[in-house]
Amino acid sequence: MSELTLTVMRLGFLAVLWLFVIVSIQVIRSDLFGTRVTQRTGRRADAQRPQQRSQPQRAQQGGGRRARGGGRNTPTKLVVSEGSLTGTTVALQGQTITLGRAHDSTIVLDDDYASSRHARIYPDRDGRWIVEDLGSTNGTYLDRTRLTTPTPIPLEAPIRIGKTVIELRK
Amino acid sequence: MSNLTTTGSNTTVSSGGLPSRRNTELAMLVFAVLIPIFAYANVGLAMNDRLPSGMLGYGFGLALLAGVGHLVVRRYAPYADPLLLPLATLLNGLGLVLIWRLDQSERLHQRAEDIFGAFTPDAPKQLLYSSIGLALFVAILLLLKDHRVLQRYTYISMAVGLVLLVLPVFFKPVNGARIWISVGSVNLQPGEFVKIIIAVFFAGYLMVKRDALALASRRFMGLYLPRGRDLGPILVIWGLSLMILVFETDLGTSLLFFGLFVIMLYVATERTSWIVFGLLLSAGGATAVASFEPHVQQRVQAWLDPMATYLKSKQGIPGYSEQAMQALWAFGSGGVLGTGWGQGNSDLIGFAANSDFILATVGEEMGLTGMMAFLMLYGLIVERGVRTALAARDPFGKLLAVGLSGAFALQVFVVAGGVMGLIPLTGMTMPFLASGGSSVIANWALIGILIRISDTARRPAPAPAPSPDAEMTQVVRP
Repeated sequence: MSELTLTVMRLGFLAVLWLFVIVSIQVIRSDLFGTRVTQRTGRRADAQRPQQRSQPQRAQQGGGRRARGGGRNTPTKLVVSEGSLTGTTVALQGQTITLGRAHDSTIVLDDDYASSRHARIYPDRDGRWIVEDLGSTNGTYLDRTRLTTPTPIPLEAPIRIGKTVIELRK
Repeated sequence: MSNLTTTGSNTTVSSGGLPSRRNTELAMLVFAVLIPIFAYANVGLAMNDRLPSGMLGYGFGLALLAGVGHLVVRRYAPYADPLLLPLATLLNGLGLVLIWRLDQSERLHQRAEDIFGAFTPDAPKQLLYSSIGLALFVAILLLLKDHRVLQRYTYISMAVGLVLLVLPVFFKPVNGARIWISVGSVNLQPGEFVKIIIAVFFAGYLMVKRDALALASRRFMGLYLPRGRDLGPILVIWGLSLMILVFETDLGTSLLFFGLFVIMLYVATERTSWIVFGLLLSAGGATAVASFEPHVQQRVQAWLDPMATYLKSKQGIPGYSEQAMQALWAFGSGGVLGTGWGQGNSDLIGFAANSDFILATVGEEMGLTGMMAFLMLYGLIVERGVRTALAARDPFGKLLAVGLSGAFALQVFVVAGGVMGLIPLTGMTMPFLASGGSSVIANWALIGILIRISDTARRPAPAPAPSPDAEMTQVVRP
């Protein structure tokens, strides 16, 4: 066999071996970088301002930052003030908070008068926190009024869900 | 109450509804079979100027093994990791080529005729062992529907493991180490199987005991010191591994056994202090044994000064081996790109050239580039194993997967480190590459169990039981 052929085969073999290694790493690439985390935006808020729908991600992040950044009247935490979870606080960090008896809710309510998916609280584009009833059986009350549409939450206004009352505080 | 709390040790990385990826596996398998066939052609052309006659036979045999393995995985473990089987097939195939290439060596023919009177090629035997290994792999996938069944055999596997570890003491030593069991004409190296059995025991044991080992401890200088009575198990295992070292003079099994325990203890408890203890104990133990055990002393000397050992061996002083130096020369003459298949002189190593020292052939004929690729292939198998452990949902599966991949990694480290002169040489074989029945069979079984765990781990989660949410919400009556 000619020297040239053998050299080509030798280098070719090394190339093929490394190609296998690289292809293997391509196969597991999804593992190495983890799954992509996408933030969901409030669907109703989108519907109200369709002209901005092309960049909901950025708007959402901006809203979250503003909410965290803490203007004078921006709440930083959610406090349960009545009900079996009294004293529980959840930091508001721009993420949607779901409330209900379902196990995958952010705050799992142990309350016979709450629905599985009762309500959610999310920041809108301007960083205001909005509470929305998710079609619950007994309704969500802000102060004394039963919610029918997503409503901005004033600071320290009681939100009543079954026997549970929550508030947003600074 | 609120599920915002994250539990430190029980976090699972979800695979997020991965597809089964069996077709990826098939494509990789085809690739993994073609590479060894290319290597066969290369060896034949380099050594005999023609395509080897056995090429089709070996290629077909390897493809058949891979095909059977793939079909069984597709049918019985559809969500398993797509890389474990191709990686194992590639390493096994390249091992077959390496052994076949050394079978072609005139020097080894001559040596075998001088010593044993006749030369028997090892490659056909290795192909037979590989098929037995694959049969065991298939049997595991067929019979072991759920790896958690193994948890029931925690203490039985401890007993079986100990018996297998102790048995070789009663057989005559082969080349200075008592690591063989001979029944009739069948020779077994139980250490290879023990690593799997002992991993099952450690996983079952640590799953139950890990809380006591992790939580009951005092903090001292940044380390968690375990209570005295919790040190019991690690001391027992340490004592046992030292006994293996003393009575079987087998550094490899001893290191594997103790290292595996320390790795699994660390993973189970998340306490760095166990690693520190493990390293201190093994260093102390090895030094103590090396001070009075001549076989271990020779290995250490050959490691510290291979050239002196080589010269003594050349002068015909018994008990000295020239292999360590020859292996280093083989690596050196390989350089960065290697001499090419079939053109090296690693057969000069003679004894154990195709088993313990097979990496020297890799290093000489494929050079640093090829050697690194081989180590990457081993690394990928270990990575897939650890990844399986991360994805596994049950603690037993997690620990078992870590244990098995840890044992595999330790074995690769001990052998590669020994041949390259990083640590003293031990009598272990490179998984899948080296000639030897026990090794290849046991490692196929190990891959089989890993594939079973990864199938369970990556299978889409069953729908959660609709327990309290199913109750009706009470309606407020005005």
